[in-house]
Amino acid sequence: MTADTTIIKRAWLTTDVPESRSQAALGRLYRDWLKFRANHLAMAGLIAIVLLFALALAAPLLAPYEPSVQDLANRFAEPSAEHWFGTDEVGRDLLSRLLYGGRITLGIVVAITILVAPAGLVIGTVAGYAGGLPDRVLMRVTDIFLAFPRLILALAFVAALKPGITSAVIAIALTAWPPYARLARAETLTFRNADFISAVYLTGASATRIVLRHIAPLCVSSLIVRVTLDMSGIILTAAGLGFLGMGAQPPLPEWGTMIATTRGQILDAWWVPMIPGLAIFVASLAFNLLGDGLRDVLDPKQR
Amino acid sequence: MTDVADAGRSPARFRASLTGIGSVGITLFGLILVTFVIGRAMPIDPVMAIVGDHAPPDVIVRVRAELGLDRPLIVQFWIYLQHLAQGDLGRSVLTSNPVTADIARYFPATLELATTAIIIATLIGVPLGVIAAARQGSRFDHAVRIISLTGQSVPIFVLGLMCLVVFWVKLDLLPGTGQQDTLFEGMIPQITGMRVIDAAIVGDWDAFWDALAHLIQPALLLAYFSLSIITRMTRAFMLDALAGEYIVVARAKGLSARRILWRHAFGNITVPLITVVALAYASLLEGAVLTETVFSWPGLGQYLTLSLLNADMNAVLGATLVVGTVYVGLNLLADMAYRLLDPRVR
Repeated sequence: MTADTTIIKRAWLTTDVPESRSQAALGRLYRDWLKFRANHLAMAGLIAIVLLFALALAAPLLAPYEPSVQDLANRFAEPSAEHWFGTDEVGRDLLSRLLYGGRITLGIVVAITILVAPAGLVIGTVAGYAGGLPDRVLMRVTDIFLAFPRLILALAFVAALKPGITSAVIAIALTAWPPYARLARAETLTFRNADFISAVYLTGASATRIVLRHIAPLCVSSLIVRVTLDMSGIILTAAGLGFLGMGAQPPLPEWGTMIATTRGQILDAWWVPMIPGLAIFVASLAFNLLGDGLRDVLDPKQR
Repeated sequence: MTDVADAGRSPARFRASLTGIGSVGITLFGLILVTFVIGRAMPIDPVMAIVGDHAPPDVIVRVRAELGLDRPLIVQFWIYLQHLAQGDLGRSVLTSNPVTADIARYFPATLELATTAIIIATLIGVPLGVIAAARQGSRFDHAVRIISLTGQSVPIFVLGLMCLVVFWVKLDLLPGTGQQDTLFEGMIPQITGMRVIDAAIVGDWDAFWDALAHLIQPALLLAYFSLSIITRMTRAFMLDALAGEYIVVARAKGLSARRILWRHAFGNITVPLITVVALAYASLLEGAVLTETVFSWPGLGQYLTLSLLNADMNAVLGATLVVGTVYVGLNLLADMAYRLLDPRVR
């Protein structure tokens, strides 16, 4: 791409008189991106998250060993050229397990986002738009779930179901949706009496159409900010569940579980529990940084 | 944790979310219902857990009837409520004590830990936030931002393990796990259940210093967890307050920068800050579960974890209910403090 085309493109993106809807949308996205790019910490977070996803997806290609292959003669090996991060309590390569563990942690994050964000959006917008009794009932249910400390409710759910990744995802999802519902409802209340909604209503649009096509899209940006900021909490809760023996079960290489199974050996081989700990920290910090930056761009009033 | 941020950011929304004691009653009822449903949904059959796999059918039927499990669910729920009203949470399979007695024994240790932590977090976090806001964009501000972001991102159990290794094993500066050295075990009577206070009441100063030394490490860790929230919120409130017109007036009057900062700006954010601190205190209960596990602190969190690992459902649900109730109660207190102290809300 030559410098010439870049300039034309930028002019096209930043024009004051966009010719189409998509041009305006892209232009806006571009300006937001410029604002976001100026925030170095947020960029660092974004790069870290992209890297984490890339590493996790490419784990089968990158991992030097099979994550479950044991080598009992070579337990707690120190980091070396063969095993960059050393080996664990049954001689499995820590780097390989870390890479595969990333798939679990990020998989949990993705699964919960898919489960929770749309649910919160629908509950919140419906409650906000419908008002009256549906609103009161939905918000009361939301309050009840908000009243529980997340980790403790998740623990109780997992105990009732069965320890494992699926239970952990369900449990965290059950405790994660209420803030989104509240947020979406609050946003909806600010739009519901706006003129453009009345206009759509007068053209004969159904309530479903108004909520799905006209209100929900407007709630998405603040929801994205909130979800991103919540990701770090979800990563920590999932790791905490693993650490307490209630999340992913060994021999799965979930980071929290890896710490739980080797914490007793911390004096002889500190790196074995500490390296997954560092991974949790990096993933969680990256989402916090990204969320902070996104908030500054998408939701300036919330600074 | 995130709800704390929400509440602080928009007091109006927070106020709207808690409309008094009546709604708390409904919330508590919901809490009881949820724990009841969890208890009935579990795949482990409580009858089988008692009689074993090879019990004859008539024994199974009898035990089921004794536990009331043969009745309709709605009747079971009614019985559950009646027991709750009498303070009966059932018996723990693990300790074979009534769950209520167990909780009464373990809760003070958690209270001691969480209270110390919230005091430390407030004493450090509030000034950090105020100064960061006063010097917005400075190096100090960035440092505070990084400290608090780290606090929100670090898994508390990893940091706990690290501190144990460094300060206990390597440097031998602080004692390790537990609430007290085994040397003092059984020497301090259980008065409040909080060892530091009990030792002070009895006047056993060796035990007092030992208990304090045991307390300081887990308390500091927990404090870091809520410090990040308190600092961030203080900074945000202060930035809002400093942008107010009355600050311009105060400057124009020629008041000193310190007086403007602490008296005029800070004075106006104390009420929302109380809310944030109360909510942070409530969320410490959650952080306590992991911290207590790492430090073998004999509190409610550890009780909950042990019961979980042993599928001791009565104990799990009882502890969940108690923690949930305290959580709701603190939320209510925060709300009431807000209404009482802020004349605009009245």
